[in-house]
Amino acid sequence: MPYSIVAMGTSWGGLSALTKILGGLPEEFPIPIVVVQHRSKDSDRLLAQLLGDATPLKVVEVEDKDALCAGTVHVAPANYHILVEQGYLSLTTEEPVRFSRPSIDVMFTSAADTYRSETIGLILTGANEDGASGLAHIVKRGGRALIQDPKTAEIPIMPEAAVQAVPTAEVLGLDDLAARLLELSRGAATVDRRTAV
Amino acid sequence: MAVQIAEVPDTGAGPDRQAFKPDLERIEIELLLEGIFRHYGFDFRAYAYASIRRRLWKRIEAERLPSMSALQERVLHEPAMMEKLLLDLSINVTAMFRDPSFYVTFRQHVVPLLRTYPFIRIWHAGCSTGEEVYSMAMLLREEGLYDRSRIYATDINEVVLQRAKAGIFPLERMQEYTDNYMRAGGKRSFSEYYTAKYGGALFDQSLTKNVVFSQHNLVTDRSFSEFNVILCRNVLIYFDKTLQSKVHGLFYDSLAMFGVLVLGSKETLRFMSHEECYQQMAPPEKIFRKVR
Ligand SMILES: C[S@@+](CC[C@H](N)C(=O)[O-])C[C@H]1O[C@@H](n2cnc3c(N)ncnc32)[C@H](O)[C@@H]1O
Repeated sequence: MPYSIVAMGTSWGGLSALTKILGGLPEEFPIPIVVVQHRSKDSDRLLAQLLGDATPLKVVEVEDKDALCAGTVHVAPANYHILVEQGYLSLTTEEPVRFSRPSIDVMFTSAADTYRSETIGLILTGANEDGASGLAHIVKRGGRALIQDPKTAEIPIMPEAAVQAVPTAEVLGLDDLAARLLELSRGAATVDRRTAV
Repeated sequence: MAVQIAEVPDTGAGPDRQAFKPDLERIEIELLLEGIFRHYGFDFRAYAYASIRRRLWKRIEAERLPSMSALQERVLHEPAMMEKLLLDLSINVTAMFRDPSFYVTFRQHVVPLLRTYPFIRIWHAGCSTGEEVYSMAMLLREEGLYDRSRIYATDINEVVLQRAKAGIFPLERMQEYTDNYMRAGGKRSFSEYYTAKYGGALFDQSLTKNVVFSQHNLVTDRSFSEFNVILCRNVLIYFDKTLQSKVHGLFYDSLAMFGVLVLGSKETLRFMSHEECYQQMAPPEKIFRKVR
């Protein structure tokens, strides 16, 4: 299998986009998924619960040094950054980056540095530009970039910034993302399928 | 890949793809940390790799150095560069009544235990600038336990300990702390605890009457007493698993039987050396009681 991690980033509107995508993946999806969704620093485990109800995958809120697991969605806890290590996740309370903690850029960058060409990055709906430079870093390390078509995003700012930073990324409508991830996980399709932006 | 964006801020990501040789980089980082340990005595060798790497790259970028090895050269020959790096490597972010629900649970479940002791010894390991220590002192005072408590507050970093002793915290955070305090079950009015002075919020000095601040390194120093409560929140996340487990040995040895160990809200005892010696008191809060 060519991929070892799927890194997803989103903010505003993320819950319904994530619900849609994760709901479209099977229980035995073979690549560990890590999700950073911006949220208030006091929000509790609710996000993981809501996502857990929407997908056959196992959804857990990350605790320090959790092992990355197939069939599992690892959700960043509020108020911590996630760093991706070989086979597991570390948390840190370093200062917010671009006003965000967790920061999508921080997680994407460390995913790319650890898993390089085995990394898939996906930017979804959101109201700021976090994640764009992280996604560029994934591509720089030889990984694959996917972006939700801004036209299908509740708030297009985040995916638009990502498209601008990574013009070579595959841009797909919300409804097509789960299928594409599944395809990539099977290592089948190597040809990009892009929709025009 | 032709993709290049103008600005890659604050990522501590390191070199471009062409130049990126992760195995070689790991060797360079291990050599640097080994050199720092042997020359200066600071032992970062078993800190969590991704975080250390990120901090080192930030320093390299700030100094406009070409490589990890170039940083090694500077650090080993220039103590001033080591000083800078020490500040880079210590992440001191903290807050008063951080995770308010922890304090509520502590009042409900731990305070009744503490009432049964004639004398209470508490250790804040990795206390940073002390906000957590002042928070605990307020709680103990409000519960009528402060006068029979002694708090040892330690950190590896002298600079933050000095700030903790001074007890002056940024005024602009008082709104947030007031909010936390109320949600943490505070029984008074938070503003009673400080006065605006010296350009900050000066906290009631009697809160530190029974507090001893001192330098202690969890990696290299030993146990120095026996405690009823040990708090070590958001410190072990910066260590790798092996070191975490070793430090848990130190905590176990430093806790009285039925003593209480408190970790950060996203830390666990899973797979640690003494996991089976503790009982979690009120999940999901990370409050563990030593039962064997
Ligand atoms: C993020 S702060 C945690 C502050 C506070 N406990 C909290 O949760 O808000 C981490 C602290 O651990 C300290 N630290 C790091 N390595 C240490 C070591 N080897 N021994 C003691 N303290 C250490 C750092 O200096 C820093 O002040």
